[in-house]
Amino acid sequence: MVKITIDGKQYEVENNLTIIQAARESKIHIPHFCWHPKLTVSGNCRVCLVEVEKMPKLVIACSTQVADGMIVHTNSEKVIKAQNAVLEFILINHPLDCPICDEAGECKLQDYAYKYSVGESRFEFDKVRKPKRVELGPNVMLDTERCIMCSRCIRFCDEIAKKPQLTFTQRGDHVELTTFPGECLDNPYSMNVIDLCPVGALTSRDFRFKARVWEMSSTDTICVGCSRGCNIKMWVRNNEILRLTPRMNPQVNDYWMCDYGRLNTFKHVNAANRIKAPMIRKEGKLVEVGWDEAIAKVSSELKAYKKPEIAAIGSAFSSNEDNYLFVKLMGILGVKKLDIMPHIKTGDQDELLIREDKTPNMVGTREVGVKPDSNEFGFSSIMNDIRHGKVRALYVLDDDIAADPNIAEALIKIDFLVVHASNENETVKLADVVLASSSYAEKHGTFTNFQGKVQRNRPAVATLDHDRILDGMELSRLDKFGSHNDRWTQGIKRDTRATWRIVNMLATAIGIRWRYNTCEEVFNEIAAAIPAFKGLSYLKIGTNGALLNLKKKSVTVKD
Amino acid sequence: MEKQKPIIHRKDLRWYEQFYIPQIIAGMKITLTQVFRPKFTRQYPEVKWQPPPSFRGRPVLVEQNGVERCVACGLCSRVCPALAIEVQASETELSKERYPVKFEINMLRCIFCSFCEEVCPEEAIVMSQDFELTFTRQEDGIFGKDKLLTPLDKLKDRLEFLRKMR
Repeated sequence: MVKITIDGKQYEVENNLTIIQAARESKIHIPHFCWHPKLTVSGNCRVCLVEVEKMPKLVIACSTQVADGMIVHTNSEKVIKAQNAVLEFILINHPLDCPICDEAGECKLQDYAYKYSVGESRFEFDKVRKPKRVELGPNVMLDTERCIMCSRCIRFCDEIAKKPQLTFTQRGDHVELTTFPGECLDNPYSMNVIDLCPVGALTSRDFRFKARVWEMSSTDTICVGCSRGCNIKMWVRNNEILRLTPRMNPQVNDYWMCDYGRLNTFKHVNAANRIKAPMIRKEGKLVEVGWDEAIAKVSSELKAYKKPEIAAIGSAFSSNEDNYLFVKLMGILGVKKLDIMPHIKTGDQDELLIREDKTPNMVGTREVGVKPDSNEFGFSSIMNDIRHGKVRALYVLDDDIAADPNIAEALIKIDFLVVHASNENETVKLADVVLASSSYAEKHGTFTNFQGKVQRNRPAVATLDHDRILDGMELSRLDKFGSHNDRWTQGIKRDTRATWRIVNMLATAIGIRWRYNTCEEVFNEIAAAIPAFKGLSYLKIGTNGALLNLKKKSVTVKD
Repeated sequence: MEKQKPIIHRKDLRWYEQFYIPQIIAGMKITLTQVFRPKFTRQYPEVKWQPPPSFRGRPVLVEQNGVERCVACGLCSRVCPALAIEVQASETELSKERYPVKFEINMLRCIFCSFCEEVCPEEAIVMSQDFELTFTRQEDGIFGKDKLLTPLDKLKDRLEFLRKMR
């Protein structure tokens, strides 16, 4: 430990820190472009210059180690003058195209130009022109003019993604970011460079020009692309998800998320094939009906079959609460054939984030009780029983089990198939009753990732059930001030309900008196009933999750 | 306690005040002189008024070389105190890269404050001299690009005025 003085206040910090790290721990902000806590120090932007007494010149805070008795000034006259100069220098060739730049509003250069620069340039000559609209890879667009040569993206590819694909060429004001010959920026984590880029040089091709950042609301939630459960922010405008960005959680995903999760886990929420309301098969066709009718149909049909003739498939895509209530209901109905379908993509795993298990909640689903008592009730034996006509009614939670053609073939033999689904899929095509369930972006819930970390997802998209203001959902400025006459408040709202709520309605129809009004109440019951969840609550889970109390290693998943 | 009514003492008119004829003559004199003065009323709507360039009529989009100048940066929409403006951007092949695929001003919300004009970095939205806004349905109050696009020639006065006032 060393004692240092920053801006007249004494702090005691670890002795292997740099000044910028020490300042950060003491909640003092030193401006920086190229420095990032998870990347190596390159020290090329020069905006973090600070004055250290007894040193002849200003030093960069990002690469100067603290020493005992060091006296640092972060806002002395000399430092402010240096910051002005650095920003003026960086802005010499930076185009003033903020109006068309997607980064505007969350741009470090914009913020620092407001905060630390004098606001005027003495440079009167033409700016250096470089290529715009360079397709650096399948997901990333480069605007070479806007680049300030911080090299964060290069270091990310080298150090975090471990795929050296980017580099600088040329010198002086001709420096250009480019890919190595024959390469393109196509590593599975390439889009993190968009978040890393302090300016708008690297932008998302998917999100390009879709919205300004200040028009959207952002909700803290989690990604459901695999069993990692990366913490994310979900950006919504007019009830439509426009992009996902990673949210820092040091125990799960650091600052990163994979491109697959970023691009493929939200588009189904606004897809055209969404199921808008519950449906019943009438004369061979699925017809939209009201909730009461659909629930009544399921409850009367389930009563008509003997207990061994009914099987239930839970879902590792659904939350702990959904599966818990499902198991509880099936237990009351006496259904013993209960399992989940695993979704494991063998080999699709790496050391950074991506996991083989493509379901977000396998551990949690097993923990809340979706597991067969013995092997004869397992998933494959349920399918065998269906093929042999022993099982005649099947209840499937949010999972497209019929995507596997072998299973689809077996399902044809089922007399009565109930499916919870958010989108049209193969299982829905075979179903007799479809209960329109909310997607993960439209409900509260908790998911347990492969580490046993219970994390919350929150509703970002409103269904007919929701009222953004009354339900405490995140609001954009337009959400706050819009009236029902305004077109930008008229995004599609669907008549879908969270799976746990549907199960609750079904239980009521069957004659069981449950009183769950919110998802939190279901979770509190889980916490009381299941040892692994003991002591957990929504408050404790918070924004960064909480670990299950697992004695042994979590349940291994196999089939 | 009962409130006492205030007692009003009216002054009696003096004898010369009781003659009203001189006052009538004075009034008629003003009236008659007005008859022979030049008229300043206008036969609206047959005769239209041409407002000065400083006039803030309904906001319009400047059309130059067949396309709007607007790059859909959304600043007008952000600054609008009445939240009247809705912009949806998209990509274009032109060098400006970005253009508004949808640009709507809700004239029922617009308060003619001209903040949008002031904030616009491209001089693409200006207050026109058009003040005649009538519609019979709410939906007609939402002006899309078809109604907003106005050729540059018609807006020269205003643009010049803006440059002078900057």
